[in-house]
Amino acid sequence: MRTAATRAPTAKFFQTMALVITICWLVPVLIIALSALSPRDAISAWPKALLPTRFSLDTLAFFFNVSGVWKATMNSVIVALMTMAFALLLGAPAGYALARFDFPGQNLYRVMIIMTRAFPLAILALPLVTRFIAIGLYDTLLGVALVHTALALPFAILVSSSLFMGIPRELEEAAWTLGCSRPAAFMHIVLPLALPGIAAAMIFSFVISWNEVFAASVLTLNNRTLTAFLFASLEESPLHFRFAGGFFLVLPSLIFIFVVRKYLFAMWGIANR
Amino acid sequence: MSVIQIDAIRKDFKGNPVLKEVSLEIRAQELCVLLGPSGCGKTTLLRIIAGLETETSGSISIGGRRINGLAPRERNIAMVFQNYAVFPHMTVGENIAFGLRMQKAGPALIQKQVKHSAGLVHIEHLLERYAGQLSGGQRQRVAVARALAVQPDVLLMDEPLSNLDALLRLEMRSELKGLLRELKTTTIYVTHDQTEAMSLADRIAVMHGGEIVQYAAPHEVYRQPATGFVGGFIGNPPMNFLNDREAHRALGVAAPAGATTLGIRPEDLDLASQGLSIDAKVVEMLGASQQITTRVGDELLRVSLGIDPPVHAGQRLTLRARAGCERWYRADGKLLKVA
Repeated sequence: MRTAATRAPTAKFFQTMALVITICWLVPVLIIALSALSPRDAISAWPKALLPTRFSLDTLAFFFNVSGVWKATMNSVIVALMTMAFALLLGAPAGYALARFDFPGQNLYRVMIIMTRAFPLAILALPLVTRFIAIGLYDTLLGVALVHTALALPFAILVSSSLFMGIPRELEEAAWTLGCSRPAAFMHIVLPLALPGIAAAMIFSFVISWNEVFAASVLTLNNRTLTAFLFASLEESPLHFRFAGGFFLVLPSLIFIFVVRKYLFAMWGIANR
Repeated sequence: MSVIQIDAIRKDFKGNPVLKEVSLEIRAQELCVLLGPSGCGKTTLLRIIAGLETETSGSISIGGRRINGLAPRERNIAMVFQNYAVFPHMTVGENIAFGLRMQKAGPALIQKQVKHSAGLVHIEHLLERYAGQLSGGQRQRVAVARALAVQPDVLLMDEPLSNLDALLRLEMRSELKGLLRELKTTTIYVTHDQTEAMSLADRIAVMHGGEIVQYAAPHEVYRQPATGFVGGFIGNPPMNFLNDREAHRALGVAAPAGATTLGIRPEDLDLASQGLSIDAKVVEMLGASQQITTRVGDELLRVSLGIDPPVHAGQRLTLRARAGCERWYRADGKLLKVA
């Protein structure tokens, strides 16, 4: 048994660490947000004010007027929606299988799911490009969405599997005895109960795709997603354009992740039962 | 009306037999209780009947129809689960209507059945509530109403009262008994609680180690325990078993040929002027009776006596077996039938 006396310093340590990490992450975000919402001349001013003294949407307006930004944004949204759909259609059944059935190689399967994230995309890039050119997927939104699905799937599978595990098996069995086939019980009982969590997993898949730069840059030329478009124009674009772009990229992710945060904890077993 | 015929059902789990060739026959309108300690296979047997688990071999039929391999929904059964399994995203009314909705019953019939079933368990006033707003007892009522609403051939109940607190359990038990008597639905009821089994059952199937060791009416199970296990499991305090021939003689009984062990209920031992002398080691005053625990040689002996006169710890008592109440067991633990 650990006593309160030994626990207190440990808790304090973790709190401090969490605070440091939070600051490291939030300060750049804050600077980006401040710059994006300030007029052009204030951007290069130093030292920065903690709060925007002169609030202005000029910078953002300029950003959206640059040719190609809207098209890239639409591409990003389409790719992210496709990723979301694929991740759901493949991830939810896999998660259900992991949660409900004992099958040989189950633990290996779990490890393999995580391993896909450990595999560096840079090594895959060249083979992927040659393959995609060969089968006509290069420079298509579908091609990017497929790679993003591969990135999002581990999360979709693990989150949905812990969601399904949180739904008592007895509820499903009760439905079976009351006249449901397996698919009907899933539709009537499991799905409604898992829906909020599944929605969260889908939004998370959306964010993963929305944020992804590397695959999108390598696999497209004309049909750039927003991240790839910004990345490609980083060198020659003015400072305020970069800030506005960064702000516009980070905002949806932050909002989405904040909304679904409690379901993402489910992935690490800190489920809110 | 349905008669359930269970024939040589065997269930192996990872090479270990959980059920060893269990056969059981249940009459129409009967309330059969599967009773046994945890791990005896009673819940597995119930789940096999429900179709939630698949038997390794053997056959089951309900009303002459073989149901092996059929999905739960094709068996015309209903089940009440230990943790109630009330659907949390539906109201009580929707829960009760669920089975009928799945059978595509008409709305008028559904409404009538929901009202009727809810009335049977006195939850008409809760139909709009969600499971989260109900107490454990109320949830259990919803689960029972939901099972009854589909008018099943067989009602299966898996320890339905074990999650309720003691007082509520007693209340629900007698209510359930009245309800099931009235409805005359053939019921299989699983429990590990012997009092529950005794009070509810028409017949009790006592299970032990994946086998049914005795299947008889409660009175017979109590009076003529088929094995030492049954005698030791049923009754509170359980039956005494004595191997010592000296003690047999002192109690006034003699072992017939083939018998080794005397089985005698604590309440079937009376104070007498001569007989087996013991020291009352522990005396527990229980209100309606006093329970005395002692040892005969190295064997435990419990005696239940009326509360007058009070017995003191350490007091010397002389006991005699009540005539006709002794049971004899063979060396293999089986009851020796007296011709």
